[in-house]
Amino acid sequence: MTDGRLPSRLDGIARKLNGPNTLGNSKAFWIAFAVGMVGMIAYPLIRGSYAAGQTSLFLVYGLLALSLSLIWGYTGILSFGQVAFFGIAGYTYAIVSLNLGGAFGQTVALPVAVAVATLSAFVLGYFMFYGGVKNVYVAILTLVVTLVLETFMAQTAGAEWAIGSVQLGGFNGIPGIRNFALGVEGASISLSGSGFYWFVLALLLVAYLGARMLVNSRFGYTLVAIREDAERTTMLGYNVKRVKLAVFTLSGALAGLSGVLYATWGNYMDPSVFTIVFATIPIVWVTLGGRESLLGAIVGTVIIERLRLWFSVNASEFAIVFVGVILMTTVLLVPRGILPGIRDGYVFFSEHGIREGIERGRLTIQTRLQARLASLGVGGTETETPPSSEAVRE
Amino acid sequence: MSTPQDPNVREQPAVAATGSSREAILSTNGLKKKFGGLTAVDSVDFTVDEGEIRCLIGPNGAGKSTLLELITGQLSPTDGDIYFDGNDLTDMEPHRRMDAGISIKFQSPHIYESLTVEQNLRVPLQRTDRDIEAVLERTLARIALAEKADEPASDLSHGEKQRLEIGMAVTLDPALMLLDEPVAGMSVDETADIAELIQSLHDDGMTFLVVEHDMEFVRKISEQVTVLNQGSVLTQGPIEAIENNEEVRRIYLGENA
Repeated sequence: MTDGRLPSRLDGIARKLNGPNTLGNSKAFWIAFAVGMVGMIAYPLIRGSYAAGQTSLFLVYGLLALSLSLIWGYTGILSFGQVAFFGIAGYTYAIVSLNLGGAFGQTVALPVAVAVATLSAFVLGYFMFYGGVKNVYVAILTLVVTLVLETFMAQTAGAEWAIGSVQLGGFNGIPGIRNFALGVEGASISLSGSGFYWFVLALLLVAYLGARMLVNSRFGYTLVAIREDAERTTMLGYNVKRVKLAVFTLSGALAGLSGVLYATWGNYMDPSVFTIVFATIPIVWVTLGGRESLLGAIVGTVIIERLRLWFSVNASEFAIVFVGVILMTTVLLVPRGILPGIRDGYVFFSEHGIREGIERGRLTIQTRLQARLASLGVGGTETETPPSSEAVRE
Repeated sequence: MSTPQDPNVREQPAVAATGSSREAILSTNGLKKKFGGLTAVDSVDFTVDEGEIRCLIGPNGAGKSTLLELITGQLSPTDGDIYFDGNDLTDMEPHRRMDAGISIKFQSPHIYESLTVEQNLRVPLQRTDRDIEAVLERTLARIALAEKADEPASDLSHGEKQRLEIGMAVTLDPALMLLDEPVAGMSVDETADIAELIQSLHDDGMTFLVVEHDMEFVRKISEQVTVLNQGSVLTQGPIEAIENNEEVRRIYLGENA
């Protein structure tokens, strides 16, 4: 855990960052994390500004994944609506920045867009949670809201659909969004390539560390308690509706920030962000990486998006099929996701040694596959239930 | 002790907060709950006195669970009022009722499976300004789970899970503790542990309202029994009187005693 010799203030911060609600609380983890960060910071210097610019999209998506991990992984509320807030913020940013123009306009548009996304999340969350919408109905309702937004934005092609000087543009969306700039006229920096990469990396780092502090705080315990048993938590005196609304609003804000960065990255905004494919992809990232792990959500995002890019270059139309195969394989072998899987594996091997670990792993895969096949009616007369993740945990 | 009741009197007089030497901590006044055409709880006037262990018995469908859910606020009454400790609970949100001093242990164990035993107890405690570490230690000893404090709650046996949930509920030091069939599905030993736990909390002054089927267990812990039948209070009084009541024997005890 924390090093007792650290100066007291650093120690206090470390204590807030570490806790049972996050994976990786050891010194080894933080050293690896620091090395990884150095590598990430150095990336544009090694691969050049263009590659950095491309990669920064993954980091932008990382923020979106982080928002889903908070609401789904920690609070147990499956939301398909993160992309709705992502898109709302992206559109708002486009409209405000293009209307105001200039660097100052862009600087102002960022907080305005995030605020609009946050407010949208608050309003939707208020009606859902105070209206008694629970469980799978939250998933359905958020998906419906997202798809309604797609339909609505797709029919805004006519000239009458303009806000200020900006045409909403229907399917074609809003082009011509400038690269993100900070500052006022005459004293601004425009962020593209490496600059944008570092900017997003810094935001992602702050969001990640902030989220770690949050989930390891009392509030984080409350979130986990709600995920595990909302009724019990209410009956221990917690205002569950209010906590759900708070975390839904917060994750809406995070998704909104991601949406703004997305709009400036691609220099356009169109209704494809509200489609069912795009609404589902964050669920895939987070499931793959480990939804109860903040870092897992980000890692899952980078893996999937890197592969999607590679597949779309090399096997274009099958990209999403390959992603599906990867997802299925992961869920079958490491149900809790890659990062928790690595942690469980590490714990297991350090306790039982390599040889026994391999044997146990082989057995686990074998029984699990047999069970899956048996449930599909293929071969295998064994009806014994698989030991599931308990076998590899602890 | 409360006024001895004539076990043959079917309708209880509407007592709000008086009527006994001991103060009533919880009272209902004409409490009614309808589900469509079905009246699950029908004009129930019922009190729990401070410091007693009152058992609520009755055949399946008598309205026992509905009555508990009305008290916790999981359900809203169709008509009538609920008073607790001088406050009108009727329109209060569930979590506020817990703040007011009511706690409940659900029938099936409702615990946080992925957290450790100690973390389970910390969840209710972290909101309070009580001395967390001291209460934690005392509660762990009381529910006899001190040695398993760091184990995940999912690894506990059924009986241990039940004890843990009672522990979570009592960390808030409630004035009234509701238990919904606390020994359902438990072994003889586990049942004895729970009875002991309830007695020890009762000795510290905690008031209990217990919904229970197991008459053996009711005999062990209870002073006062209320019998519900078809949504109404059939009779109430000391356990001996209830067991000798012919009508109760016929509709309820006759089935398994």
